[in-house]
Amino acid sequence: MTDDVRDADLKKAEFGQTDAAGPETTSINMAQSKETALTRLLKAQAFQILIVLIVIVAIFSALAPDTFAQLSNLRLVVQNASILAVLGVGMTFIIITSGIDLSIGSVLVFSGVVSAIVMRAMGGDDWGTATVGIIVSILSGLAWGIFNGLLISKAKVPPLIVTLGSLGMALGLSQIITGGVDIRDVPSVLTNSIGYGNIFGGIPIISVVALVIVIIGAIVLHKTKFGLYTYAVGSSEEAARRVGVKVDRHLIKVYALSGALAGLAGILSLSQFSTTAIAGQSQTNLNVIAAVVIGGTSLFGGYGTIFGTVVGLFIPAVLQNGFVITGVQPFWQQVAVGAVLIAAVYVDQVRRASAARGASTSLWRHFARRNNK
Amino acid sequence: MTTPVLEARGLSRAFGHVRALDDVDFEVYPGEVTALIGDNGAGKSTLVKALSGNLAVDTGVIKFEGNPLQLTNPMQASALGIETVHQDLALAPHLDPVQNMYLGREVMKKGIGGAFGFMNVAEMRTESRRAFDELGATVRSLTSPVGSMSGGQRQAIAIARAVHWANKVVFLDEPTAALGVRQTKNVLETIRRVRDKGIAVVFISHSMPHVMEVSDRIQVLRLGHRAAAIDTKTTNMEELVGLMTGASTRGVA
Repeated sequence: MTDDVRDADLKKAEFGQTDAAGPETTSINMAQSKETALTRLLKAQAFQILIVLIVIVAIFSALAPDTFAQLSNLRLVVQNASILAVLGVGMTFIIITSGIDLSIGSVLVFSGVVSAIVMRAMGGDDWGTATVGIIVSILSGLAWGIFNGLLISKAKVPPLIVTLGSLGMALGLSQIITGGVDIRDVPSVLTNSIGYGNIFGGIPIISVVALVIVIIGAIVLHKTKFGLYTYAVGSSEEAARRVGVKVDRHLIKVYALSGALAGLAGILSLSQFSTTAIAGQSQTNLNVIAAVVIGGTSLFGGYGTIFGTVVGLFIPAVLQNGFVITGVQPFWQQVAVGAVLIAAVYVDQVRRASAARGASTSLWRHFARRNNK
Repeated sequence: MTTPVLEARGLSRAFGHVRALDDVDFEVYPGEVTALIGDNGAGKSTLVKALSGNLAVDTGVIKFEGNPLQLTNPMQASALGIETVHQDLALAPHLDPVQNMYLGREVMKKGIGGAFGFMNVAEMRTESRRAFDELGATVRSLTSPVGSMSGGQRQAIAIARAVHWANKVVFLDEPTAALGVRQTKNVLETIRRVRDKGIAVVFISHSMPHVMEVSDRIQVLRLGHRAAAIDTKTTNMEELVGLMTGASTRGVA
């Protein structure tokens, strides 16, 4: 046996291949049958993080069955996560394009401020005024999104810098417009309905709005051409451009979407808190980005799900709620979320590395192999 | 003699002082594999870019099926049925083979669904599978990301995509450069099948054995102009190397 042949045999053994012609010549039909919907589900990071969430919920339920594991408490958690969920949909699209949007919290505030001023000027407390307010808020957010998108796609300024700039600009302009004093005149039709109203016997309206946005967002991302182009642009801008995808225009649309959703979140926040809360959104962008990343969306683009983002939102929300209820200092929530965030990005790195080697992307197998060594 | 499907007459293009193309003639015929060979810097890539609408030329005429035309962008070439497989393949690694196959040319659902941007995934999948099977491309999975596949499979997908959309001319820029023995054999076999469909294949390669094996006609570029255009049956590797390096000459056919 020559050295070359022995090397080849060693390599084969190393990669666990019994036959050199194995994967290369496998026919499509054989491979298809092996890949069921179930195995795909188990491989998805969103599913793995869902298990983490279920474990967290189970632990708190066992510790505080009378307070944590109650419908009223669940309702509170869901209600508190609703605004972040609306923002998370836009952020998921943006991070899949391998971009980032730091400005959403400030755009939320700006849209709320402009909307509150318009509604105050109209002076009414009816649905006519409220409708104008909603439209103004969404359009204000949309304008910021287009501003971000134009600078990122046409002027080629990195998204981190553009949205860091617009974060400061939107917040500064909000303070200039209001003189730094929060506006508290919010039509009561908004606060009574979207703010803390319920439908279907106890489901918060704000959560229904968020759920509708999440469902539409998921359908658009996973089922339409718009969603496919979002993945394509994040996966390889050059490949997308070569086949005729209008990359610049698509990026503008994605940032506009995120801006418009921040505008919608602005009116939701205004309704929920009856104030523009100018200083209250400084952490929002980072919380939303953390949720998206915990949910398995890759910061390097090309991969991610809306479902993962929703699960990623509930981990910090449930931790915070659970810590308060079980009497742990709520500051531990930040520590725990930070750890989960780092773990989520580590998992993403492992998956990308194994994908690059052409190996299985299953996390279970990765850890199993480690333990066998 | 039949009309060339794609023909270039007197193409010139200069980058500063460098004349990348210097009065180049070129023609490809339907149902034939034309090999385009030449040393590094001979102008192969520049010529392909000019013929696929990726680069404007300073002077010269490009004729498509005998009619002169201005090629200004790759989309125009695509519309004429001319596709290029670049060396870097230009596949989106996170998308699956079907999505890559149809990216930018999605089949939409009929009626209201299509208006809302919903795609006819079932039809695209069926058509892609048919296209891969037709070329004998061994694609491991139609639902796994392309980035997780081997170089040979990615090459097969890129070629299948080009062939699926091209009904006139396919440019293959060094399709065998990074492949193993078996994958190379598959690619050469694929090239023959594409040719047998009546499509003109332009095969750019540094590998003389592959050129001799698969091509019907060889055009040699040297220092930005055509050194020779010869029938593969009438030549051998020594002569080709001589033509590329300028050691030998031969009248342009």
